Amino acid sequence: MALKTEPFALNIGPAHPSTHGVFRMRSTLDGEVIVDMELIFGYLHRGIEKLAEERTYTGFIPLTDRLDYLASMSNNLAYCLAMEKLAGIEVPERAEYLRVILAELQRIASHLIAVGAFLNDCGAFMTPILYMLREREKILDLFDMVSGQRLTYNYMRFGGVSQDIPEEFLPALSKFVKQMPRFIDEYDRLLKENEILLARAKGVGILPREMAINISASGPVLRASGVKWDIRKADPYSIYDRFEFDIPTGTVGDCYDRYRVRVEEMRQSVRIIEQAMKQIPPGPVRSKVPHLIHPPVGETYARIESPRGELGFYLVSDNSIAPYRCHIRSPALLNLTALRDMVIGWKVADAIITFGSIDIVMGEIDR
Amino acid sequence: MTIALSVQKIARQLEEKFPGSIVESNQDSLVINSDSLPAIAAFLKDTPGLDFDYLNHITAVDYYDHFEVIYQLTSLERNHSLVLKTRCYSRDNPVLPSLVSLWRGADLQEREIYDLMGIRFEGHPNLKRIVLWEGFPGHPLRKDYL
Repeated sequence: MALKTEPFALNIGPAHPSTHGVFRMRSTLDGEVIVDMELIFGYLHRGIEKLAEERTYTGFIPLTDRLDYLASMSNNLAYCLAMEKLAGIEVPERAEYLRVILAELQRIASHLIAVGAFLNDCGAFMTPILYMLREREKILDLFDMVSGQRLTYNYMRFGGVSQDIPEEFLPALSKFVKQMPRFIDEYDRLLKENEILLARAKGVGILPREMAINISASGPVLRASGVKWDIRKADPYSIYDRFEFDIPTGTVGDCYDRYRVRVEEMRQSVRIIEQAMKQIPPGPVRSKVPHLIHPPVGETYARIESPRGELGFYLVSDNSIAPYRCHIRSPALLNLTALRDMVIGWKVADAIITFGSIDIVMGEIDR
Repeated sequence: MTIALSVQKIARQLEEKFPGSIVESNQDSLVINSDSLPAIAAFLKDTPGLDFDYLNHITAVDYYDHFEVIYQLTSLERNHSLVLKTRCYSRDNPVLPSLVSLWRGADLQEREIYDLMGIRFEGHPNLKRIVLWEGFPGHPLRKDYL
């Protein structure tokens, strides 16, 4: 007698450790294989774009910290760049260098979490992420030195940064920069050729090159699919045109490639920080900007390469003290567009690591 | 460096191909008729030399008497960009054609605009609210909300 079977609906999330936040994947299963998936967002929606319209331009900086809470410095930077472009504000040389150093430190910190959480999802439960958190802790200590905060820094300002770095910062940074490549080597020795990781991640969750471009993917997800596109090189902002670094890319766009791209990017970030530390000049860290800025009527779009991809702020000004409209281009949201195509036909466990390899932060997706 | 393409030049090219489709063109953006949006978008995407294969983002702004929807396009291959805009004058039932069939990256963003701004995108495969729940009263990013 043939067994009667029917598809089974399974909710992964909203509160599940593998969803890295409050996110729900309503999946339909045939046994263990995923046949359909619907993405459900919105559990962390706070209406940040609407809140921006009711605050002054400066008053919105702390809220940008709450978008991508694993990369608050990058959010600060993107918003300040947009405002500087809109109002024509100059940034002193020293502040530009500080911004680059901190943004790259933030990239390392964020990638450490991304890689650690990804390995966690792969089943290397807690051991790799613990080592990665150990390194991230050193970066958080550095951030604590400059801004007094460990997660929501609120450090950048229009026309520079809020305060100069303390004396002990550069020695501590150079110690970190010397150590970090050795740690990355150590992780690679443990994981790069690890048989279990290769079996789990190679060839799983492939995002083909054409689709990656078509869904507006960006950051490591786009580069892992073989597109050499990094805004730091393609459309340099701040002073990124002064540094030498490579753009790591993948070949097939599977989970393993996304993991490799992030690890290699950490090495490149260390390279950028090394160069910036050598070149950083003395001087003021903030230009004179009025407390209440009335930018001229107009609109602007400024973007940066955040750890997750193209983070952009679209600001519309009506010459008042608050933005008329503030739109945030969230890289993680767009990277998720093709998740359904990437997981259909795979098992639930593969869907979990595919999702983990995209590296999302719900604060930024739901806004 | 990403080069912003000369809007005047593209406007001339489009005017030849799609007469009457340009509403306004200034230094940094091109405002087009919403009826010709799909045709123009396909033209920009597929014409050799333009090759706008990447849709950076879509957003909408409420100007009380009309909604403006902004499309930021980039060609990854040629590293140039263009800002395309279109307007929608109805407040009760604003409708625009969807671009999901050209760039799938538009999918979630059009849903977001529908959710928060209340603009319907005709031809979207799954136009549902994205961050708010079904039955939420109003569209919060509109200027007359609260």
